[in-house]
Amino acid sequence: MTMNLFDSTRSSALIAYQRVERGFDRVFGTALNPWRHLGALGFLFFWIIAVTGLYLYAALDTSVDGVYRSIGRLSREQWYAGGVLRSLHRYAADAFVLVTLLHLLREFLLGRYTGFRYFSWFTGVPLLWFIYIAGVVGIWLRWDQLAQFSAAATAEWLDALPVFATPLIRNYLSTDAVSDRLFSLFVFVHIGVPLLLIFGLWFHIQRISRAEVFPPFALAVGSLLAILALSLARPVASQAAADLSMVPGPLALDWFYLFWQPLMYGTSAAAVWAFVTGATLLLFLMPALPHAAASPIAEVHPDNCNGCRRCFEDCPYAAIVMTPHPGGFPGRQLARVIPDLCASCGICAGSCPSSTPFRSAAELVTGIDMPQMPIDGLRRALERGMAQFQGGNGIVVFGCDQGANVASLAGKDVASFSLTCIGMLPPSFVEYALRGGAKGVLVTGCRAGGCAFRLGNRWTEERFAGMREPHLRGSLPGKALRVAWASLGEEAELSAVLDDLRQTLAAERLHNAVPISVPIADQIADPIVPSTGMTVHG
Amino acid sequence: MARPISWIGQALLYGLFALIIGYFSNSPPYRHLPADQALIKLSFSHEGKLVSPCRQRTAEELEKLAPNMRAPMDCPRERSPVTVEIDLDGTPAYRHVAMPSGLSKDGASTVYHRIPVNSGEHRLAIRLNDDARAMGFNYRREETVALKPGKVLVIDFKQEAGGITLQ
Repeated sequence: MTMNLFDSTRSSALIAYQRVERGFDRVFGTALNPWRHLGALGFLFFWIIAVTGLYLYAALDTSVDGVYRSIGRLSREQWYAGGVLRSLHRYAADAFVLVTLLHLLREFLLGRYTGFRYFSWFTGVPLLWFIYIAGVVGIWLRWDQLAQFSAAATAEWLDALPVFATPLIRNYLSTDAVSDRLFSLFVFVHIGVPLLLIFGLWFHIQRISRAEVFPPFALAVGSLLAILALSLARPVASQAAADLSMVPGPLALDWFYLFWQPLMYGTSAAAVWAFVTGATLLLFLMPALPHAAASPIAEVHPDNCNGCRRCFEDCPYAAIVMTPHPGGFPGRQLARVIPDLCASCGICAGSCPSSTPFRSAAELVTGIDMPQMPIDGLRRALERGMAQFQGGNGIVVFGCDQGANVASLAGKDVASFSLTCIGMLPPSFVEYALRGGAKGVLVTGCRAGGCAFRLGNRWTEERFAGMREPHLRGSLPGKALRVAWASLGEEAELSAVLDDLRQTLAAERLHNAVPISVPIADQIADPIVPSTGMTVHG
Repeated sequence: MARPISWIGQALLYGLFALIIGYFSNSPPYRHLPADQALIKLSFSHEGKLVSPCRQRTAEELEKLAPNMRAPMDCPRERSPVTVEIDLDGTPAYRHVAMPSGLSKDGASTVYHRIPVNSGEHRLAIRLNDDARAMGFNYRREETVALKPGKVLVIDFKQEAGGITLQ
């Protein structure tokens, strides 16, 4: 009952979120939609913080008397360099928190915290602590009234735990209590914790092959320009110097990092501890919450695996390793699936050269296959579907369970097949369908940057464009193949593409083979530009 | 979406992003205490006196000990809890018994407490006991203090400064 409520709330929130995301798709295009690159934007802002921080560190005097003066001098006397870098440092830090929290929210709404994804989720939780520790301590390095307030509030919060023999707050009771060593400690934490953060980020993306650690160039430039413009329009400045004999006056609080401190004074230190501890535990435990049973994982059939490594190259989650072939063939390898890492997406089956339906074997056994949807079953279903075409303009639709629902497109002239991921489709099935009686083929799947298995639509584009094995052979009627990326809920748009394909086929009555080199991507979404160097993080 | 419109839309959304960052990076302002208030902070980290005095071990007791453990004096480690009371303008404002820290209760007793007060003149009476064997309070201080708005008054305990200090 509780879980149903949880799931229904999450589903409702997901629908609302997807409306926002699609709105951004229309403005930015799917490939450059910032919502689809939140993790990569986090990396971008982190590196901006790191680079600008190097300059600030060089200018920082870590003595009690010098720290406020040295930072203030940067803003006053070097506004065009140090001042801008200081502002970039601060605003990038705020943007880092914002995109990280949105990244967390998006992955939660998409249900990406269980099963094979638990590792990325689990390792992401401590990163939140690292980000906040580094950011809050960074604010103290200004040693103005905001720093004074925040340092004392943090000390009071930590003192609520019965672990310190001498209360930390005694370090901030009077000016005499603050020493140069305290600022050396702050610098140590402010630099050391981000180093831990890098280490943690490395763990975070360990189980993702081709992780997106930098956003698309245009998005990176746009984001950088946005905070640069902000830095110039509203340079960061220190508030009045810290004076421990006085309560700080009105504070220009950085709510991204310090929201919990007013919350503490509004409630209690214990309440904030309960909040952050509870939230952390909940995040850690989420992968263990009841969820749908895992699908069967990919199976390797050694007799049909020639060790070509294509599945190894294409697996989005590094779930395949190559091992020496047990048959004793010198130099020959065999794919092996690591069960814990396998997402059951089937992209490996789509990459296998043995997955071609043109093979004459009555039972099509491929090198690596999905037990729940074997390639042989797909071939049989395709043949059955095409046999039921009425009229001479049958269209085969290949879609995926994660994107727009292709079952809704069924009709007398349509045979639709929903795969686990569109990356599971061996390109030779397109040719097989066209040779077997279909006049057109529509291939669909999640939008760019939205592939539930990260790389399915990208690999499909590249295979169709002849840039990635297995290729789509270049002897197809040029307008008989249509590729249109459409997310779940965009069935109407996909139906419009299908109608357009029908009309095109009817008008041209294609019978001449026109070689193609690049498939035609439909404009429901932006066409994916093959080989942009972009990778997708999910 | 037509390209120029898309560019304008992107510029607006990047601007919105910058606006959100810029606003919440500094706003809305937060005031920790109302403008007309001052803050009294009571804080000390003080080791109370031993709960009982050292005593001479008897010959029988020494005999039972290992030869290398035969110290003539038996000194308990446990320290007295520290009791503190504050009266503000003749009214009890705070009372606390701070237990000694450590598993053997041989560490310092610590206290931290904030008392926001209206600015102006106040009569403070502070009493402290750090000896379980003494009745009443063995340290007292009474003072009239004038607190400006925003002033922080720290009440501490420093043995070397004669006991209760106001700073």
